[in-house]
Amino acid sequence: MSEQPNVKNIDKVVIRFSGDSGDGMQLVGNIFSDVSAGEGNMISTFPDYPAEIRAPQGSLSGVSGFQVSVGREVYTPGDSADVLVAMNPAALKTNLKFLKPGGIIICDGDSFTETNLKKALYTTDDPIEELGIDPDRIMLVPMTTLLKNTLADSGLDNKSIMKCKNMLALGLVCWLFDRPVEKVLEKLKTKFAKKPAIYEANERVIHAGWDYGHNTHAGMPTYRIETDAAQPGIYTDVNGNTATAWGLIMASEKSGRPLFLGSYPITPATDILHELAKRKDLGVKACQMEDEIAGVCSAIGASYGGHLAVTTTSGPGLALKSEGIGLAVMAELPLVVVDVQRGGPSTGLPTKTEQTDLMQALYGRNGESPLCVLAATSPTNCFDMAFEAARIAIEHMTPVILLTDAFIANGSSAWRIPEENDYPEIKPRYVAGDLLEQGWKPFDRDEETKVRYWAIPGTEGAMHRVGGLEKDYKTSVISTDGPNHELMVKTRREKVAKIAEDIPLLEVEGNIDADTILVGWGGTYGHLISACAELNSEGIPTALAQFRYINPLPKNALEVLKGYKNIIVAELNTGMFADYLQMHLPGKEILRVNKIEGQPFLVHEITEGVKRELALIK
Amino acid sequence: MATTYTSANYKNEQGARWCPGCGDHAILNTLQKAMAEVGVAPHNTAVISGIGCSSRLPYYMNTYGMHTIHGRAAAIATGLKTARPDLMVWQVSGDGDGLAIGGNHFIHALRRNIDINILLFNNKIYGLTKGQYSPTSDRGFVSKSSPYGTTEDPFIPAELVFGCRGKFFARSLDVSLDISKEIMVAAARHKGAAVVEILQNCVIFNQGIHSLFTDKETREDHVIHLVAGEKMIFGKDKNKGLVQDGFTLKAVTIGEDGYTLDDVLVHDPHSENDTVQRELALMDGLNLPLAIGVIRDVEGPTYETDVENQVSEIKAKKGFNSLRDMILKTHETWGV
Repeated sequence: MSEQPNVKNIDKVVIRFSGDSGDGMQLVGNIFSDVSAGEGNMISTFPDYPAEIRAPQGSLSGVSGFQVSVGREVYTPGDSADVLVAMNPAALKTNLKFLKPGGIIICDGDSFTETNLKKALYTTDDPIEELGIDPDRIMLVPMTTLLKNTLADSGLDNKSIMKCKNMLALGLVCWLFDRPVEKVLEKLKTKFAKKPAIYEANERVIHAGWDYGHNTHAGMPTYRIETDAAQPGIYTDVNGNTATAWGLIMASEKSGRPLFLGSYPITPATDILHELAKRKDLGVKACQMEDEIAGVCSAIGASYGGHLAVTTTSGPGLALKSEGIGLAVMAELPLVVVDVQRGGPSTGLPTKTEQTDLMQALYGRNGESPLCVLAATSPTNCFDMAFEAARIAIEHMTPVILLTDAFIANGSSAWRIPEENDYPEIKPRYVAGDLLEQGWKPFDRDEETKVRYWAIPGTEGAMHRVGGLEKDYKTSVISTDGPNHELMVKTRREKVAKIAEDIPLLEVEGNIDADTILVGWGGTYGHLISACAELNSEGIPTALAQFRYINPLPKNALEVLKGYKNIIVAELNTGMFADYLQMHLPGKEILRVNKIEGQPFLVHEITEGVKRELALIK
Repeated sequence: MATTYTSANYKNEQGARWCPGCGDHAILNTLQKAMAEVGVAPHNTAVISGIGCSSRLPYYMNTYGMHTIHGRAAAIATGLKTARPDLMVWQVSGDGDGLAIGGNHFIHALRRNIDINILLFNNKIYGLTKGQYSPTSDRGFVSKSSPYGTTEDPFIPAELVFGCRGKFFARSLDVSLDISKEIMVAAARHKGAAVVEILQNCVIFNQGIHSLFTDKETREDHVIHLVAGEKMIFGKDKNKGLVQDGFTLKAVTIGEDGYTLDDVLVHDPHSENDTVQRELALMDGLNLPLAIGVIRDVEGPTYETDVENQVSEIKAKKGFNSLRDMILKTHETWGV
C-alpha cells in the first residue's frame, strides 16, 4: 500500500459494502450515505440485494450489496468501486468484479474459515490467491476477533455481538474517508432509541473500527471528498419510492383533494405503500387491498368520490390492473398509476431494474385506450414527476401512468425540501353553478382542451352515471352508434394529445451543437449524463435528451431530434423507446444501445455503445 | 329539517331496457321505494355495479352511480365508501359478477365489513352472454356451456356470507315486493356490509328456476318469511313451524306429533351466535322451507369508520400541518 501518510482530496469516491443478506450492509450503506450527504456531498446509492429474504448464510446467492458514490457531480452510484468492503469470502467472490483496477478491499480476515470457504465454493484455502487479488490492495482486518475483544465485557450474548460486525466496517470506512463519527452515532441513537445496550455496543464497535484504521494503517492515505455548492435550503436524504409518495402528498396539498391509495404489496413498489400508510398523520387514506385489481378499482371508486386517487405497483401488477385503467380512460376519471419497473416478463427478476414496461404502459389495454405516460429520471425527480402525474390526472381528467424503476426507487440522493410556493396550485374543474344551470351533462367538455368537468358526489343537481360503456358525445347517455364511437375515440385521443400544451418543452443538455444526440428516458438519466460528459471530454461531441414526458411527447421533441444527424437511444430493454420514436420519425434511422441484465447501465457501456454505433454508420 | 323523498326522486328519464317480464324491473322499482323510505338524498347516494344484466341498474337511477367492469363492483364501492363515508353506497351484482369473477372482492368486502349494501341478483344463469351456467347453478344443470350437465357444485351465497363472518344477510324473491323493500331498508339501516340476495327470474334463459318459491300453489309450503321476534310459522294454513331438532331444525305441523306453538322457534336475527341463523339460511326449500326476510343482522366495527377514526387520531396526535412540517420534524435534515 501507499507509503505517504497524508490526506488526499478527491472529487468522488465509490464504495461498495457487501456481506450476507443478514449482515446489515444496507444499513451501513445508508448511514454512510446519509452522513456524506450531511457533509454536503452529492450522493447516489444502489442497493443490490437478492430476491430471497434470507438465503443460506455464507452462500454466494445470499450476498447483499450496497454501492454508494459520494462527492461532486455525482449522478450515478458509479460503474465500479474504489473501495470494496466484503464481510465474508462469498461477498468477496461475488463482488470483486465491481472493484476498479487498483481499488482497495477491506475484508474480514477472520471469516476465511474452512466452512465459509466451502460454502462460497472455493477450491483452495487461499481465496486471495485463488481470486488473483494483489495482496497489497487488500486490508485483511480480524473483524470477528476485534469485535469479540471490544464487547467481551458488554454482557451481550454471542449472537448480539456478531450483529455489531457491520459497525466495525463502518467505523473503518469512516476513518478512511474522514466521516464524522459523531454524526453516525446520532443516527444510531435514533435507530436504537429503545435499546440503549445495543446502541452502546455499536458505539464502542464503531470507535474500535475507527481506531483500528488509525492505529494500524496510519501510513495509508485517507481522503477528503469534495462538495458541490447546492441551492440554499434545507435538505434531507430521500429514495425514489419515498419521493414518489411525498410528491403525491404535495399534489394533494396543492389540489385540495384528499389522497387515497389502493395498493397491494409487490416488489419493488411496496415502499410507497409503506410510506403512505405512515402518512395517515397527514390525512392520507392508504388501503392495502385484496389484490392488484382491487387496488386500482378502489382507487377508481375514490376518484369518482372526488379524491386524488392512486394505485402503486410493478409490472405484473400493472398487467392485472389494465382493465381497471381502461375503465378510468372510458369514464374519464383522474387516476395516478405508479409502476416501479422490475425485470420481466412474468415474475422475472423481482428485485432487479429494467425499463421493459414502456409498451405495456402505452398500449397494454383493450380498445383505443390512450393515456398520459410519464417517467422519473432520478430518486429526487420521482417527487416532481409524481406531482406532475397527479396534476395532469386532475387537470386533464385522465389516468396517468408514472414509470419509475427499481434502480431509482431504491437509490437515494440528497433532496432540497420544497418551500411553500415551489409548486403550483392544481386546479380541478368542478361542476358547479353556471354549468349546472346550463343543463350540464357528465361528458360535456371544454372544447379547447377536450377535458370533461368533475362532478363530485354530494353535489346537489349533479347526479350522474359513468361507466365502461360508450357514451353519446352530446347527450352523455350510453350509445352504440358507430360514427359517435369514432368521434369519442378521437376525442379521448385528442384530449391526451393536448396535454402537450401543458408540459415543459424538451431540453437538450451536453454539447447541443453536436451531430450526435444521445436519447434516454426515465431512470437512466444519471448514467446518460455521465456518458455524455465523458464522450464530450473524449472529443466526441454529444448532446443529450432525457425524456420525462413519454405520452404525449413534448411539443418540440420531434423537431429537436430531427435536427441531429445521429440519434442514439440508450435504454434498459431491447429498444422500446427507440421503436416508439421511430414510429414518430419515419425515415430517420434511430440507433440503439441496449442492456437487459437486470442491472443499471455502466457509464462505459453507454460510451462504448455510442462509439460502436457511430463507427457502424461511417 | 329533514327533506322527504318519494321513489320518483330516485328515478331518471332513461327507460329500463331489460327484457319484458324480467325480474329486474320489479327489483328496480322496489329499490327506489326503499331508498325513499330510508330518506338519504339522491345526491348523497351512489349505486355501483359490475357487468351483467342486473348491472345496468345504475343507469336507471337518479343518483350518483357507476357501471364498472365485470366482477369489480365491490372493490370500486369499497374505495368510494372508504374515501366518502358520508355517502350511502349500494352495490348491484348478479351471481356471475358477484360470485364468479368477483368472488374475491365479495368475500373481502364482507371480511372488512365495509358499510355498503350489496344487492345480489341470483338467477342461477348468465343472461347477458345468453345462457351459460353460473356459480349458483345446481350440479347437473344443462346450459349452453354445460350441454351434458355441470359437473360442479354451486355456491350457496348465504353460506359464503356466513363463512366470511358476514354481519348481515337477507333474502327475498323478485316477486315479493314488500319483503324485498323491507329487507333493502333493513340493509340500508344496517351499519356494515349487508348482503341482500334476491332470487330473480330470467324469463329468457332460466324461466321458472325459482318457481317452487314463486308459484301461488307451492310457495306457501316451501317458503318461510322470517320476522324478528316472531314465531317461525309457514304453510298455506299457517300451521307449520320450525323447531329445534338436536343440532338442526325440523319442520313440524302444530298440533301433530305432540308439537305445540310453544315448541316453535322465535326468529332472532340479532343474535351474535349464528348457529340457528346459518341453519335457517341454508334451508333449500325442499325438506325445509326457503327462508326469506332478514336472517342475520348484527353490529360490528366497520372498515371506513375505523380508517377515518385512525386518520383523525393519528393526525391530531402528530399535529403536522404540511408535508414540509412532517419532514422537518421526523427526518434528518441539514441546511445549505
